[in-house]
Amino acid sequence: MSKLPPYATTGQRLWHYTFLTLCALIFFFLIFPIIIIPLSFNAQDFFTFTPKMLALDPEGFSTKHYADFFSNADWQNALKNSFKIAPVATIISVSFGTLAAIGLSQSHVPFKGAIMAILISPMIVPLIISAAGMYFFYSRIGLQGTYIGVVLAHAVLGIPFVIITVTATLINIDKSLTQASASMGAGPVRTFFKIQMPLILPGVISGGLFAFITSFDEVVVVLFVGSAGQKTLPWQMFIGMREQISPTILAVATLMVAISIVLLTTLEVLRRRSERLRGMSPG
Amino acid sequence: MSDSSPVIAADGRPLKASLNRALRRQKIRALLLIAPLLVFVLVTFIAPIADMLFRSVENDIVSNTLPRTVVALEDWDSASGVSPDEAVFAALAADLAEAVKAKRHTQLGTRLNYELSGMSSLFRKTGRKVKRMDMDGPFKPQFLDIEEDWDDPRIWTTIKANSSRYTAGYFLNAVDLQNGPEGIEQRPENQRIYMKLFGRTIFLSVSITLSCFLLGYPIAFLLANLKARTSNILMILVLLPFWTSLLVRTSAWKVLLQQQGVINDTLVWLGIVADNNRLELINNQTGTIIAMTHILILPLYSVMKTIPITYVRAAKSLGATNWTAFWRVYFPQSVPGIGAGSILVFILAIGYYITPALVGGTSGTFISNRIAYHISSSLNWGLGAALGAILLALVLVLYGLYDKIVGIDNVKLG
Repeated sequence: MSKLPPYATTGQRLWHYTFLTLCALIFFFLIFPIIIIPLSFNAQDFFTFTPKMLALDPEGFSTKHYADFFSNADWQNALKNSFKIAPVATIISVSFGTLAAIGLSQSHVPFKGAIMAILISPMIVPLIISAAGMYFFYSRIGLQGTYIGVVLAHAVLGIPFVIITVTATLINIDKSLTQASASMGAGPVRTFFKIQMPLILPGVISGGLFAFITSFDEVVVVLFVGSAGQKTLPWQMFIGMREQISPTILAVATLMVAISIVLLTTLEVLRRRSERLRGMSPG
Repeated sequence: MSDSSPVIAADGRPLKASLNRALRRQKIRALLLIAPLLVFVLVTFIAPIADMLFRSVENDIVSNTLPRTVVALEDWDSASGVSPDEAVFAALAADLAEAVKAKRHTQLGTRLNYELSGMSSLFRKTGRKVKRMDMDGPFKPQFLDIEEDWDDPRIWTTIKANSSRYTAGYFLNAVDLQNGPEGIEQRPENQRIYMKLFGRTIFLSVSITLSCFLLGYPIAFLLANLKARTSNILMILVLLPFWTSLLVRTSAWKVLLQQQGVINDTLVWLGIVADNNRLELINNQTGTIIAMTHILILPLYSVMKTIPITYVRAAKSLGATNWTAFWRVYFPQSVPGIGAGSILVFILAIGYYITPALVGGTSGTFISNRIAYHISSSLNWGLGAALGAILLALVLVLYGLYDKIVGIDNVKLG
């Protein structure tokens, strides 16, 4: 379609190139925030490009904001908290979620629709409502403001992702493989670990990555359910943005973009691999 | 075929019974696998939502703090226009004595203040003097001595109206109504904020959906019609902003849109805007729309991929111009994708909290910001919960619509 047929009129040619330019502009708009990456190397404490930077003068660039991030106690504490909460929440989501996904993909699950709806609901309900509800309820049971409360809250937010990715993988697995394994004398547990687990591993890992990103980037729920002792990186960023004190925020944002890119690339690679295995994409 | 004896399985039992038993075992096994997660989600997520819904109607503070007064007030006619008699005041004295000892009277005052202003100071003042009241003498004159307002029937109407354990008061407040003496009526002009807020939230969400559509349709069209290789690479450009966290993207836009930021700098440099007249892109509604234009490209893309190109070719071979072929053949086939994607973006938009909080300023706040304010600052949890319940209902209705069009099982994450 992008190739103009040789008999295209001038008007059609004009429109074709205009359309492509428009698309390029829109792509530019989508990627535009990436511009903060070079901004984070600004030697001055400004949020804009200084003349030295525009002239590509090396003096205009420095990594001092990154140094500030790694030496600042507040930021490092926030980073530590983020890394204390996200992995644990991910492990909880993945273990419970994989079990449930396997259960859901069995034949004859009673109340399947209702159960699916309940399990997917954390993804549907607006975050502020989840956050408000958790604040009320966790206060009643004494979990508000504790580490466990935040971990549980993040775990439940990540569960829908795990369920969706693992059920999608399970649907495409040949059921006859499990039957063959059973027919050769393997018990259900052994079948699970030797046959099913390796096959659904890409789905489990994808779900785990989604859950990790969700927890790592999450700010609304942790604002309500957490107390000062659980201040995570996004929370610290949120506070920083409201007061806009230093361009260290740009450095943090760049690091978070870098982490997202790494995780996203891993996800894409896994997805393409599983598509290839299922024979669904042309290389 | 066989008339009387049922079919027997290998172990001698009827096949039907054997089958039922195996089926039941399978069901139990499936439920056992799901149960841990179901319980977990019910406790950590569904229970909180239920708690919020409960708090939007619970109102037992009056009946808990002033039990005897509530009972005594049952005989009082609120339409009589006159304050109640001695028996009620006696009950009030007894109740207040206990409440002051437990230091609960200020909470009560604050709660009743949401209904009628002045209650808070009334209860505080009375609470201070209640200890010095004569506990056998007539109570009504003593109360009127402390504060004349106790004679005002409106105070008693308010207390009586809030005596029941559950109230629709928060919900009424959330839609700018109140429980006046003649039943449900509109709030005074200067207290009507919520309908405006809902209106603004919906208007902004519609604008966001529209701008997403205008930006997303061409991209989805391009991606669906390019070769698989190129479109895969370009898809990364689409997914990349999708996967950087919302906070990071909003922060980036805030930095770029501010008056001393990159965009204004560029415009000044290009000479379009004078230096002292920089565009106020931030801290108002424009900031919110620009920063939140999200991508509904994915649903559009997946629908467009399924549109066969033969239809357009057929249309052209029958003499249609490019525009007619697009508008009358291609576009209608892409409508389900537009519908699904728009609803998704709309649902996300009305629930946004971070972006309006960062770039919305005062005129660009959403309903979620107001809910957060009530929970953390004004501590009017009931009102926050009522607003949240309304928002939840709205989202569920929209989601039901989405399900009708697309089907929940089709949610794919790539």
